[in-house]
Amino acid sequence: MKKELKTDLEKIAYNCRKATYLIEKKQDEELTNREKLELKIHLAGCYICRVYETQSVLINAMVKNLFASDQVKELKLDDDYKDRLKKTIEDKIRHT
Amino acid sequence: MDTEFINSIEEDHINAHTLKPQLWVELHADHLFKYAYRRINDEEVARDLVQETFLAALEKVSTFKGDSTERTWLTAIIKYKLIDLYRKKARTTNRIQQSANEDDFFDPDLNNWKKEHWPAPFGIEDQDPLNNNEFKQVLQQCLQKLPALWMSVFTMKHVDEEVTDTICKELRISSSNFWVIIHRAKVNLRSCLQKNWI
Repeated sequence: MKKELKTDLEKIAYNCRKATYLIEKKQDEELTNREKLELKIHLAGCYICRVYETQSVLINAMVKNLFASDQVKELKLDDDYKDRLKKTIEDKIRHT
Repeated sequence: MDTEFINSIEEDHINAHTLKPQLWVELHADHLFKYAYRRINDEEVARDLVQETFLAALEKVSTFKGDSTERTWLTAIIKYKLIDLYRKKARTTNRIQQSANEDDFFDPDLNNWKKEHWPAPFGIEDQDPLNNNEFKQVLQQCLQKLPALWMSVFTMKHVDEEVTDTICKELRISSSNFWVIIHRAKVNLRSCLQKNWI
């Protein structure tokens, strides 16, 4: 039992695919104790995935910020399109 | 008897919300347009969705019970139109994309990063990146390259801040598939940022 655990943990030390998966999951829900341990062991030895984690957190914040930005706040339909839309709606009301 | 009476009074009160289709464009068109645009990042499609929403709403006027405001009711309709669009797109793009990207970034045996895909620092992590406009532009371009289903999962999660269960139900995906999609979307998005920024 103990030996198996050791090899599993050795495997996780190299498994960047799983580590990055856990980094994503962690940002939304609590990991199981097992997952927490695996991620901790992996990150302790993997500088690249530590870079990934920083950037992953940053990207989430930036995406949220991007969609809330002024650019979207000022976005409007043009007046021509609105006029046509109004006519379409009025026509439809008249015909029903 | 008494409770029935009270309920009917309450209903009358709630039913105060009415529909005024003649004013929809003035009152709600921009709101609905922004709502759709934020989630699909495509002005043309967002515009079409606004029109479709108004037309669908006109057909459903008789089902409006008045228990929500006109705007909430219209927003719910456009939301369903969007989910419908996600599902349609998911059916056509999902299969192709999944096989193509499967093992691109990680070694198929060891599961570690392939050397050519090693994440490197962007160099802006400490310099108020949230207000870096050029970086934002690159991010926007990279988001547009994501397959439709990933984009919808990603925006529902990070823009709408919907809970995972809701997203899975609405897009009809399993929760393990949800995490696989989020993971792939993020690994691809991050890589695109690195390629186009550094």
